[in-house]
Amino acid sequence: MPATLAPYWRLFLAGIRQQSTYRLAMFGGLVANTTFGFLKVAMLLATVRAAGGEIQGYDIGEMSAYIWLSQGLLGSINLNGRTAFADRIKTGDIAIDFARPMNVQWGQVATEVGKSVYALLPRGLPSVAIGALVVGMTMPVTPLPYLLGVVSLLLGFVISATTAYALNTTGFWLVETRGVQVLYMVVSGFFAGLFVPISFFPGWLLAIAQATPFPSMMMFPIDIVSGRVTGSGAYALLGVQLLWLLVTAVLGHVLTLAGRRKVEIQGG
Amino acid sequence: MIIETDQLTREFKRRGKPKLVAVDHLDIRVEPGETVGYIGANGAGKSTTIKMLTGILVPTSGSVRTCGLDPLKQRRELARRVGVVFGQRSQLWWDLPTAESFTILGAIHHLGRTELTARRDELVEQLELGEFLSTPVRQLSLGQRMRAEVAAALLHSPQLIILDEPTIGLDVLSKQRLRDFLVAERRRHGTTLLLTTHDMGDIERLCERVLVVDHGRLAYDGSLAGLSRTVGAQRVLVVDLADGTRQRIPFDAEKVTAATVLAQASERAEVRDLSIEEPDIEDVVRRIYSAAR
Repeated sequence: MPATLAPYWRLFLAGIRQQSTYRLAMFGGLVANTTFGFLKVAMLLATVRAAGGEIQGYDIGEMSAYIWLSQGLLGSINLNGRTAFADRIKTGDIAIDFARPMNVQWGQVATEVGKSVYALLPRGLPSVAIGALVVGMTMPVTPLPYLLGVVSLLLGFVISATTAYALNTTGFWLVETRGVQVLYMVVSGFFAGLFVPISFFPGWLLAIAQATPFPSMMMFPIDIVSGRVTGSGAYALLGVQLLWLLVTAVLGHVLTLAGRRKVEIQGG
Repeated sequence: MIIETDQLTREFKRRGKPKLVAVDHLDIRVEPGETVGYIGANGAGKSTTIKMLTGILVPTSGSVRTCGLDPLKQRRELARRVGVVFGQRSQLWWDLPTAESFTILGAIHHLGRTELTARRDELVEQLELGEFLSTPVRQLSLGQRMRAEVAAALLHSPQLIILDEPTIGLDVLSKQRLRDFLVAERRRHGTTLLLTTHDMGDIERLCERVLVVDHGRLAYDGSLAGLSRTVGAQRVLVVDLADGTRQRIPFDAEKVTAATVLAQASERAEVRDLSIEEPDIEDVVRRIYSAAR
């Protein structure tokens, strides 16, 4: 491991370990995810049946796969926009971060991605397993969708972290970012494809969703790993994800530079 | 020169109020190896100065160089040479075992494995961290945590250590241990020390030179002895006598020891209990400031 990357790798591992100390909270999250999963099953599978067994290319098994994958990702994708970084700006603890010889943005993102990866174990995998066992789901039988899916999932985690980071940098100017976060929370899940697949949206709404980074966090990884989008379509989605990673990372970087000149470090 | 500020100024805009000048045309020079106490009342501008010295806060005007570097433009390079302890903030990872913070910081400071192990072992021994290395930081007592904080700030063997209220909230024994360590660390490595505190004991035991800041301006720059001459008489021996009365005996610590004062008091009456009131920093600052005018 080159010395320049070692700090971020360590912070990624720290994120994993930090998250692993909250097992009961993880279990609570799983219970909530599963409960809402069954609610989505009741509504969306009824919709599929009412449409004659298929709607927008989803049959029962594929819809079930979408439901449980999206529920499973809830522990790993930050849809409420709140991170420790917002609190660090508010309390002035970012003084500590800026007094370290490292990139503050990368450090925060590395920790958040570590948390996301860990959450797959107690929340992601059990959620999918419950769906597969209780409801049944249609998943790909070839390895490629899973390989590309893992890459896409990781990209989704990073985009979720870079976007939440960029959002939280508004704290340099606003101090209290709760209002911005509520706004974020209202649109993020909807556009990420948490409630219904975004392909269900009317054209104009789909266009708006695609102009945001949210589908890259959840919808695209689900499309790839469930085998709905394959071949060149899958690579195109990965390309879109890379683009959003770049956009959100640059945005966060620029806001950090500007915010640093503005920051007044709260609390003495 | 390890710290050099030239007309350093920082203003804060306040909504509906006149702007606050937290640091006002400050000129400070600190040579390598010095131990400097930087004192002043709450809101005098101490923390603001420290944040500008470390590149965390942008000055409104004037200039600052720390370890020969521009703290804003060379923030990361400077962070390798400076260790900071903010007494009221933690730089440790709250949820993780204490040892884990040292591993992460070792990576952040690009310390090699052998270098990190040697330095960590030294600090663990000197600061007596061994017993709680595997304990999560959130379960440490304040005294334990502060020792771990100091170790974390010193892990990369910085040229300059900046301590912002390092003994705040610590009991007498914990304070003493921390001071002893800092004295020894400086003797071993020749580190420069800049310390803000509200505790006169910290200043007396650690600092050769004292800077007093008041309303963002330098009100005193000189030796500890000079400071003691101004405020020494402020130390008070409080004795509770057998007849139930309480006496307050002010004395000059430069000229007479507390033990002598106590012995003389005991000759005259039976002493049941005693305490010593240290001069209070706010009072010291007030006196120095009024003397300077």
